[in-house]
Amino acid sequence: MNVANSEGYTTADGRKIGGVLMEMKNITLRFGGVKAITDISFDIREGEIRAIIGPNGAGKSSMLNVISGFYVPQEGEVWFKGYKRGPMKPYQVARLGIARTFQNIALFDGMSVLDNIMTGRLTMMKSGLLSQALWWGGAQREETEHREKVEKIIDFLEIQPIRKTPVGRLPYGLKKRVELARALAAEPKLLLLDEPMAGMNVEEKEDMSRFILDVNDEFGTTIALIEHDMGVVMDLSDRVVVMDYGKKIGDGTPDEVRNNQDVIDAYLGVAHD
Amino acid sequence: MFYREAGDFKTSYVDDSQTFPIKFDRWRYYAVLAVAFGVVPFLINDYWANAVFVPFLIYAIAAIGLNILVGYCGQVSLGTGGFMAVGAYACYKLMTAFPEVSILIHVLLAGGITAGVGVLFGLPSLRIKGFYLAVATLAAQFFLVWLFNKVPWFYNYSASGQISAPERTILGHAVTGAATTAQAKYLFCLVLVVGLAWLARNLTRGTVGRKWMAIRDMDIAAEIIGVNPLTTKLSAFAISSFYIGVAGALFFSVYLGAVEVGEAFGIQKSFLILFMVIIGGLGSIFGSFAGAAFLVLLPVLLKNILVGQLDWPTDLAAHIELMIVGALIVIFLIAEPHGLAQLWRLAKEKLRLWPFPH
Repeated sequence: MNVANSEGYTTADGRKIGGVLMEMKNITLRFGGVKAITDISFDIREGEIRAIIGPNGAGKSSMLNVISGFYVPQEGEVWFKGYKRGPMKPYQVARLGIARTFQNIALFDGMSVLDNIMTGRLTMMKSGLLSQALWWGGAQREETEHREKVEKIIDFLEIQPIRKTPVGRLPYGLKKRVELARALAAEPKLLLLDEPMAGMNVEEKEDMSRFILDVNDEFGTTIALIEHDMGVVMDLSDRVVVMDYGKKIGDGTPDEVRNNQDVIDAYLGVAHD
Repeated sequence: MFYREAGDFKTSYVDDSQTFPIKFDRWRYYAVLAVAFGVVPFLINDYWANAVFVPFLIYAIAAIGLNILVGYCGQVSLGTGGFMAVGAYACYKLMTAFPEVSILIHVLLAGGITAGVGVLFGLPSLRIKGFYLAVATLAAQFFLVWLFNKVPWFYNYSASGQISAPERTILGHAVTGAATTAQAKYLFCLVLVVGLAWLARNLTRGTVGRKWMAIRDMDIAAEIIGVNPLTTKLSAFAISSFYIGVAGALFFSVYLGAVEVGEAFGIQKSFLILFMVIIGGLGSIFGSFAGAAFLVLLPVLLKNILVGQLDWPTDLAAHIELMIVGALIVIFLIAEPHGLAQLWRLAKEKLRLWPFPH
């Protein structure tokens, strides 16, 4: 882990990675007597693609939920943009610039694709109730402004033909893409992806990987993702945290992690003698 | 043939997000407005106003209000009758306390007061959902009706316990009281309906509407993207109650004239309006109108056919009428659970391609 000093580092493909954006310090999360996460520390740097991997039940999703403010850890500190983050409601975390997608898609089924993506910008829309009710001046101007931004994201993710379709009617792969669009619409500093490729075929995985890389490249968004497909993780991410039974067992570049004996043991099992 | 998007190009996002994106639809809408304002007032008589138009318009306002809460924000409420009673009693107190102020302002203020009460009874929604919330709002229904019966101050200590609307005028025409003409009643309600429906449409297509729908469809995801559930749910309760309060005020002052709270605003009223919303279509302004029309017009229609045309005895007809309306509701919900608005939507989608569906 000596690659990551406080000034950042340069990746193998030549991208500059900045300073620490988010730091988790000694996080412990308990549900009653069950320890989901035990004393885990790691950091996420600006502009980086950071993966969290581990076998089922390792506590990856719990970790993501801690980052997005859904769970409040019993011990440990969460630092974001150099400030310690107190206990916050999820909607307050969203306003800090952290957006996420869910493992089992959490879109608003009754709304159109366009409306779903527009909800991503709700935190930025400021017009008052009266102005909206009269649909005059501020509200309409604001709507148009944000619509333009949203249309850019729609173009970016190539979902133009379905923008007026209710989300409930879409196939799985497209729903995943719309969910990514909604998260992107918030222009997040940090984007959390919980298994973005779960249940996809090879072609859809390739598409999604391309979008993730493009997002990182074009918008400079920092991305933290959980994924089970090792090929994808090793190809996409700059650094990887490996968890097992709520503990951190490895942290480093994909190559370092691949050769880490603890990680190999956790994935392949180890003879108990 | 006429109903199509082809050739109707939108060159700005404002054009693209208008309520009626298809030209034919727009003209049809203007035509309906023109008939409602320009033709109906000249044909209307007391029977048509009291049996059909005025109740339809007032129920439409209440249904829009409840639809905002149930259909758009997903919070079930069985307290509609109680909130209508708040609107009615607030209007009555205002009318008698400030006789020189315009009735229009009283009606709107009554809506405002109901909004406050609605927020109060909406507070449980922050902790409970679904059926449990429905039961909590049921408490509002019973409590409010009890309150207006129990505390004589609300009905100005009148001996009968009823409230009755004194005569009030707008531009020299009486809109409440015994001397009101059918035209005045109808036009007063119509203006309010058109205005309120337009406001509701704007609210539901904008930021607030998206927040409501996000909470309805998946509250956890809504919170993750930055929707504050507290303010969002309470704003839905407030605005919904405003509409229901206005409807209650009109129901009392313009339509009935005199009201006994348990009779006019009992639990049946809550269910009636909930049925309107469900049959009309959850989450649709048009559905609120369609549902109100269905449940107001159908009994009148049946009565006219059974008693007027077939010469059945009135009591038999009244019973059969209830059975037919009930059966139709069941059949209808089995055939199209998403209500009249969904049927309308499907018809429009088919119409876009007609007569060449390929």
